[in-house]
Amino acid sequence: MDSRRVLALVLRQIYLIRGSISRLVPLFIWVAIDIVLWGFMTKYLNTVTAAGFNFVPVLLGAVLMWDFFTRVMHGVTMAFFEDVWSRNFLNVFASPLSIGEYLSGLVVSSIMTSAVGLVIMLALAMAVFGLSFFAYGTALIAFLLILFIFGIALGIVGCAVVLRLGPSAEWFIWPIPALLSPFAGVFYPIATLPAWMQVIARLLPPSYVFEGMRAIVLGQPFQLSSLIGGAVLSVAGLLIACAVFTRVYRHAVRSGLIARYSAESVS
Amino acid sequence: MSILSVSNLRKTYGDTVAVDGVSFSVAPHEIVGLLGPNGAGKTTTINMILGVLEPTAGAITIDGRPLASDRRAALARTNFAAVYAPLPGNLTVEQNLRIFAMLYGVRHLATRIDRVIQQFDLERFRHVKCGVLSSGEQTRVSVAKAMVNQPRLLLLDEPTASLDPATADDVRRRIKGFTDSGDGGVLWTSHNMYEVESVCDRVLFLSHGRVLLEGNPKTLPNEHGKDTLEELFIAVAREPLTLGT
Repeated sequence: MDSRRVLALVLRQIYLIRGSISRLVPLFIWVAIDIVLWGFMTKYLNTVTAAGFNFVPVLLGAVLMWDFFTRVMHGVTMAFFEDVWSRNFLNVFASPLSIGEYLSGLVVSSIMTSAVGLVIMLALAMAVFGLSFFAYGTALIAFLLILFIFGIALGIVGCAVVLRLGPSAEWFIWPIPALLSPFAGVFYPIATLPAWMQVIARLLPPSYVFEGMRAIVLGQPFQLSSLIGGAVLSVAGLLIACAVFTRVYRHAVRSGLIARYSAESVS
Repeated sequence: MSILSVSNLRKTYGDTVAVDGVSFSVAPHEIVGLLGPNGAGKTTTINMILGVLEPTAGAITIDGRPLASDRRAALARTNFAAVYAPLPGNLTVEQNLRIFAMLYGVRHLATRIDRVIQQFDLERFRHVKCGVLSSGEQTRVSVAKAMVNQPRLLLLDEPTASLDPATADDVRRRIKGFTDSGDGGVLWTSHNMYEVESVCDRVLFLSHGRVLLEGNPKTLPNEHGKDTLEELFIAVAREPLTLGT
């Protein structure tokens, strides 16, 4: 792995974001709006429900974590889409860049862009709505890590789908977090779901994060083994995602897809 | 030793044969023209040499490195410019050159970028986004990117296709300079027979995925009873069976 090649891809993202307000603003505007919206919602809920229960760490904390996960995933796919939109595959993949370096470049780009969103969300949630992350204890690090790894994994799978199906398939990718959220139990316990949805939920690492968050905030027993299960699932997801992308890339090289990649040529 | 060695290269898509047992080489200081009608297999051959298309059979060696087993080293010694692969238009000339120089592992980045910017007369476009440049200027940037890593093998797929005669002549001179002053070799495709005759040391005519003719572009037409390379090209396109050796 040559770090300079990874850095080249990250530098490309920096140049693009720095030179384009339409790339810069979305890094924080939607997550900021979410925090403001859910911040006031939780404040309101605190006034109309039983005294003593604080919705801020339960709901606002969950929104923040989910938005972080979404930003991580979109950070990977956005960096990939830049090559799709500028029809740059031939230039990039005819260079000595390896697939590992390419994916690493997407991941580091995502770390950079999602960190911006996370900092903005934390600042707003803590300063305006009094969210305290001390409520989650050290488990917070594990929560963020699991969501980060799974976000990266889903982002890489999204890239593989678009590489295989063509540029118009990006519309399959944007709504993936919204499709997963009912199963992930972001706002309610998994036990609320019907049995078949619970089966899917148990396969999704974020469900372990949100169950753990609620358990800690509500003072219920917190199963460390369950969190480890979530971590194992997220790492497995990442490995599977890399394998899927590599397979799709190899198919693209065999079939000539990389060399003639465009909306018109891919069906 | 050849800079590029292609041996029995074959590419099939199902029952369709795009490239059928092509073999050739490019020596240092040599410009080899890969000619043929549309669909003859030129771009497919170039894509296989660039590592973006896997051959069905055959071997490619670049500067002694087998592409199949030592892809990174082989591609680090290669670069290309093609009319259908413009650099991202949302980045400036300098940004594009920097990114691709890093991807190709170029050392002394700033010096090398300054050098190609100067060499291709791009100083006034240094901070201009490539997307707003004219097609001639974009071609110059593409060729500058192709030179940024000082490749041993330069692949040029119709590099002058959209250029006016003066700009095309300028690009040709710079590429001639690359083989004259360094130890690199060039594989060049073009439909401009005047250009091929003036630039190429040797040409290969492809037809239906096979090398039909090979030789000096200045003498090859006479050897096959034609007055000009253009006439020979038309004959290859229309009556390939009458010309096969």
